[in-house]
Amino acid sequence: MNPLLSVTGLTKSYGAVEVLKGIDFDVAAGEKIALIGPSGSGKSTCLRCLNFLEKPSAGAIHLDGERIGVRLGRPMSDRQLAPQRAEMGMVFQLFNLWPHLSVTENVAIAARKVRGLPAKEAQELALDMLAKVHMTHRADASPLELSGGQQQRVAIARALAQKPKLMLFDELTSALDPELVHEVLKVMEELAAEGRTMLIVTHEIAFARDIADRVLFLDGGRIVEQGPARALILSPREPRTQAFLRQIRH
Amino acid sequence: MSGLSTFTMILEGLLAGAGVTVAVTLASLLLSVSLGFLLAIVRQFGKRRMLHALIDAYCEIMRNIPALTHLFILYFGLASIGFRLSSISAAILGLGLIGGAITCDLFRAGFAALPKGQAEAALAVGFTPYRTIVDILTPQAMRIALPSLGNYAVQLLKDTSIVSAIAAPEIMFYARSMVTSSFQTTLIYSTVAILYLALALPLMRRSACSKPGTRG
Repeated sequence: MNPLLSVTGLTKSYGAVEVLKGIDFDVAAGEKIALIGPSGSGKSTCLRCLNFLEKPSAGAIHLDGERIGVRLGRPMSDRQLAPQRAEMGMVFQLFNLWPHLSVTENVAIAARKVRGLPAKEAQELALDMLAKVHMTHRADASPLELSGGQQQRVAIARALAQKPKLMLFDELTSALDPELVHEVLKVMEELAAEGRTMLIVTHEIAFARDIADRVLFLDGGRIVEQGPARALILSPREPRTQAFLRQIRH
Repeated sequence: MSGLSTFTMILEGLLAGAGVTVAVTLASLLLSVSLGFLLAIVRQFGKRRMLHALIDAYCEIMRNIPALTHLFILYFGLASIGFRLSSISAAILGLGLIGGAITCDLFRAGFAALPKGQAEAALAVGFTPYRTIVDILTPQAMRIALPSLGNYAVQLLKDTSIVSAIAAPEIMFYARSMVTSSFQTTLIYSTVAILYLALALPLMRRSACSKPGTRG
């Protein structure tokens, strides 16, 4: 069977600095993949290249067989990219909720304006998604009134409301107070149990081990090692992976 | 003649100009805010370098030449090449074009203050750049820009006093002509001051109430 997502030869440079030096991997439908690695290894950049928030310098990304960001050999504009981006839900480190809109509206607005759902249906969808992340009780609040963990759960609901083929999570617990990390990870476990396809950039190694099917270890813009989550994290083969994991445990 | 009735007479004379003052303020405010918003959008989100340079040049020219000079060019300068504007249209056009440069900066500051993640989140859910600007960025930038826009509106109201120099019949115009005929300088100009204060205070109030971050 064809993979849901395939990434081949992905590179990204900022001027003379090459952040990604040729990344290749496939993701099957329903697979959960964790990207780990030291800061500056390129894992966030890699994730942001998938929906073209960063424009890759070279390489190809296919989602469900469709080339992302390139049409007839020409790069697509942001306007042309919009429908492709809608197929991928993204959750950011800093939540990026829209503070001028209520919690429900944050989740509902794209359903109306991107997918063209009637207001009532979008509202119902938003409430369903908020229920999934256990945030129904704050549906009418402003994002500014919420804790970090609550904001991140609303951000997850917003991405879920896109009915995406693929979910991208960019260090979603890195900006949270330690005691709030748990509530977000719990939601993630529930999503994983639903069989969603998830790509997770994370520093939470124990979480990666438990939730992911496969782990990619990135360092210096390359995939240094990859394999089944448990095996890679418990007994890494590459010296660099070993050093990284040893450092993180202490 | 008693002091009070003199004051009433002066006030009545000045009120004849207050209508023009308010009209010129509102019309040039409308022109400058629309123009400034448009320029800010193009300058902030447009991709064409050439347009950026043109807008920057426009803003510099408008802000670094005295308003009175602009008004004279529009009123007397254009008339001398056969293009005659009424004093009120020249006033509205002049103050509006200058205001476009000022409010362009105010709106740009509002957009620039927004974290990059706001637009990224909008693009990520599948918004086009247009929808992102309309639904996500503009409402937030407006809230940030509103207090400065209020200050600008008050400044503009006061600046309309210079259009008496091109004979637009507003408050200051009537004040001067009354002074010439009655020599009640102190009384007349004090009444002018009170009148401007009465017009400006409600504007100031409004802008002070709209701090950014307060929910509407």
